[in-house]
Amino acid sequence: MAVYLCLVGLVETFRLRWIIANVIGLGQMMLLITAIVAGFVYARRVGGRTPAATGVSHDAPERVRVMLGGAAVGLLVGAALVVLLVVGSRVALRLMFVNASPTLYSLLTFGYDLGPGSALLLLVEGVCGLVGTLLFLVPSGLRRTVLGGLVAVLILSVFQDLLQLLLQSPGPPQAVRGLLFGVDGPSWSGAALVCVVTWALLAAWTREGDHVRARLAGLPPAGRRGFRAGVLAVGIVALLLIPIAGGPFVAQVMVLVGLYTLMGLGLNLEVGFAGLLDLGFVAFFAIGAYTVALLTSRGEQGIAHWSFWAAVPAAVVVSLLAGVLFGIPVLRVRGDYLAIATLGLGEIVRIMVLSDALRPWLGGSFGILAIPRPVFFGLTLGGPQQLYYLTLVASALVAYIAWRLQDSRLGRAWMAIREDEDVAQAIGIDLVSTKLLSYGLGGAMGGMGGAIFAVMLGSVFPHSFNLQISINVLVLIILGGMGSLWGVVVGALALVGLPELLREFGEYRFLIYGAVLVAMMLYRPEGLVPAAAQKRELHEGTADEAGTGTIAVAAGNVGAAEGRGG
Amino acid sequence: MQRRLIGRLSLIDLFLWAFRAVVVVIVVVGTVATLRAGRYSGAQWIDFVEFGLAQGGVYALIALGYTMVYGVLNMINFAHGEVFMGGAFLTYYVAAPLGAAGFLNRYVLAGLLVLLLVSMATSMGIAVLVERVAYRPLRRAPRLVPLITAIGASFFLQYTFRGLFGSGVQAYPEFEALKGDWVLGGLHIHRTQAIVLAAAVVMMFVLYAVVFRTKTGKAMRAVSEDRDAAALMGINVDAIIVFTFALGGAMAGAAGILYALVYKQVYFFMGFVPGIKAFTAAVLGGIGNIPGAMLGGLFLGLVESIGPALFLDGLGIPAPYQLRDVIAFTMLLIMLIFRPQGILGERLATKKA
Repeated sequence: MAVYLCLVGLVETFRLRWIIANVIGLGQMMLLITAIVAGFVYARRVGGRTPAATGVSHDAPERVRVMLGGAAVGLLVGAALVVLLVVGSRVALRLMFVNASPTLYSLLTFGYDLGPGSALLLLVEGVCGLVGTLLFLVPSGLRRTVLGGLVAVLILSVFQDLLQLLLQSPGPPQAVRGLLFGVDGPSWSGAALVCVVTWALLAAWTREGDHVRARLAGLPPAGRRGFRAGVLAVGIVALLLIPIAGGPFVAQVMVLVGLYTLMGLGLNLEVGFAGLLDLGFVAFFAIGAYTVALLTSRGEQGIAHWSFWAAVPAAVVVSLLAGVLFGIPVLRVRGDYLAIATLGLGEIVRIMVLSDALRPWLGGSFGILAIPRPVFFGLTLGGPQQLYYLTLVASALVAYIAWRLQDSRLGRAWMAIREDEDVAQAIGIDLVSTKLLSYGLGGAMGGMGGAIFAVMLGSVFPHSFNLQISINVLVLIILGGMGSLWGVVVGALALVGLPELLREFGEYRFLIYGAVLVAMMLYRPEGLVPAAAQKRELHEGTADEAGTGTIAVAAGNVGAAEGRGG
Repeated sequence: MQRRLIGRLSLIDLFLWAFRAVVVVIVVVGTVATLRAGRYSGAQWIDFVEFGLAQGGVYALIALGYTMVYGVLNMINFAHGEVFMGGAFLTYYVAAPLGAAGFLNRYVLAGLLVLLLVSMATSMGIAVLVERVAYRPLRRAPRLVPLITAIGASFFLQYTFRGLFGSGVQAYPEFEALKGDWVLGGLHIHRTQAIVLAAAVVMMFVLYAVVFRTKTGKAMRAVSEDRDAAALMGINVDAIIVFTFALGGAMAGAAGILYALVYKQVYFFMGFVPGIKAFTAAVLGGIGNIPGAMLGGLFLGLVESIGPALFLDGLGIPAPYQLRDVIAFTMLLIMLIFRPQGILGERLATKKA
């Protein structure tokens, strides 16, 4: 695995993402985490066989045996890397593996020569394997605290650009920034500080958490409602403040997150609610964008010169109709065929738009230019900060619709179809209209996303609407949890927001998406923030294990790291 | 209620029939117009046919993998296109040194065989690995789950290759002996395309023999009929599934090297479009049906190669070749709507789904 990480280029790409400036980067950290995870998994495998409740019996020899085993596993990880080093120093691996570069080798040997470097590497990986088993052996509360601190440091590293940006203003923020960051990245003291603070917080929560939760549960219903409303209000205010506090860059990222949330909600109607897997969803996005472009563009393709506000409903209606039209041919096919049929439809739309045959109307590969910005009571919504609010309102509206649909008669009909089509038909659900509505409404939501996308760029090009968008949207609802509305938001944040902030991520985006899809299906098919029904179905008989949203996200981060390591 | 339902259904039927009629009209009018205009000479049509058959042979080989896996597992192995890509891609690292050393031009047949075997072995390995890691743990999961896993595996493989070997296009070495034409009774036949078609047909015969004449093949067909009953008859179902993936992978590997012979280049995304096309071919022939996949592949290759010129050129559509894929996907849709069991298939797409 570690060798794979090296050769695939992740280690080298992330080397300058300092965890502690000029001491250790995320790239090297990945190798260490691999060994730690390997040690942990080994301990769980071995320990799982012993009957004691904690997993490993408490007699000392047994523990030592497990620990030695873990160290050996860590050494194996190191040995694989050393083999890579030795082979790499003899043969020009670079002819085949583009990432087998001198930079990589010097990273692996910590800058020393081959001999001492390899020895050091072996030692470090062995220790990491040992640490992994130790993490397994310690009580779970302690483990959570220790891991929490480490994760906090990693988060500090991952988000360092964003944090530095946020803490730019003079006064106290500047002081905090000086405390946490050196010139190149997080400083020793900063990382230690974050780690200790997180430890303290987690320790406090472990001690007091149950108490707080009990008090909350003990509140009278009115009080609880008040508390919930308070949380909601704080959330809304935070959402409204994001672009002001974060500046244009953050706002831009959040606009993208909002667009993907829109599309995710739309696809969620099809895949999550009605169980109709759609791989051509980008077509609706394209149709919405092109409708707005055609209706408002001041360029040669524009046909109507409408205002944005008139064009959006038109775009929504057109994509709704397109959804129904798409639905008709695929009504008769089920399951896997549906995926391929929709994939084909999506590709047909993309190729048609791109082709010369339709160039006079749709601009071919040159796209449609000069789409004016929307004007809201004399205020031009030009920059990302203004567009953010537009996206926010649109997402909120669509989320509300989706939420109301969820438990409506229609929503239940969709879920019945998802569970068993024949039974659903037998109990009197009209399959034809229900399915078509699912496609139509889902398409309308995607179209709305496309409409905003068109004004965000000020132009549309067929190349923006490839299959990868469909896959992006699919991955985000799978990660969040099929059929779950919060899952869409969490998925969009994690899969769209994170890669935008982590610029090294770009090249590996789909590698990690693929790994996420497989890992999610293997280990947590219901998603991070599962819908109640899915959770019941996929974990029959097991205890309720999902925590609050934030804990689930943290677990997701760890999970993603494991996915990469394993 | 009943009447309303019938009314609406017939409305939709009407729409579908109109769709079919439009396609037929386009095909007929386009064909007549093209033939009248006579823009293409006879030699050009023969070129189209040759190219279509070679391309179709490649599709057919990939389609076999889809069809066999669908037969035993009832799932679309979405990563099959990447199995195809992997074989061609890794074999490049054998072909390039051999080509540089002149081996490929001195011993043409041996060179071809070596490349073919390497590619088949590689693809087989990838296919089996994917099955072991990604699909086997999900044998009893709900239907959507393995399909999504397969999509994930497909992307993971693509970008793994991109990460490991770079995102550039690698140029395959050329066989001097395969350049140019053979002249057979006045017909000019491209050597490469003839070899590709011949190799594809040979591979198909081998596969046919394996599936229909050996004991393992019989077991495979039994598993595809009814997995549980086959298990009760003492067939090791897991082993047969691995065997199926291996066989499909080998065919995809062979297809990969033939594809590389025609297009002379490989890159990490090359598996995607042929993968979907081959699936289309499998559906055309009737999924789960081995001779059907072969026929479907050849048919799809032909239509794709001839279609743009024959159907669309006459209608005055500029640059009809850009719409090749539209023709292929439209055929897929028409098949799924009107004859989901395929040309040769007896199984209904909706029955098992």
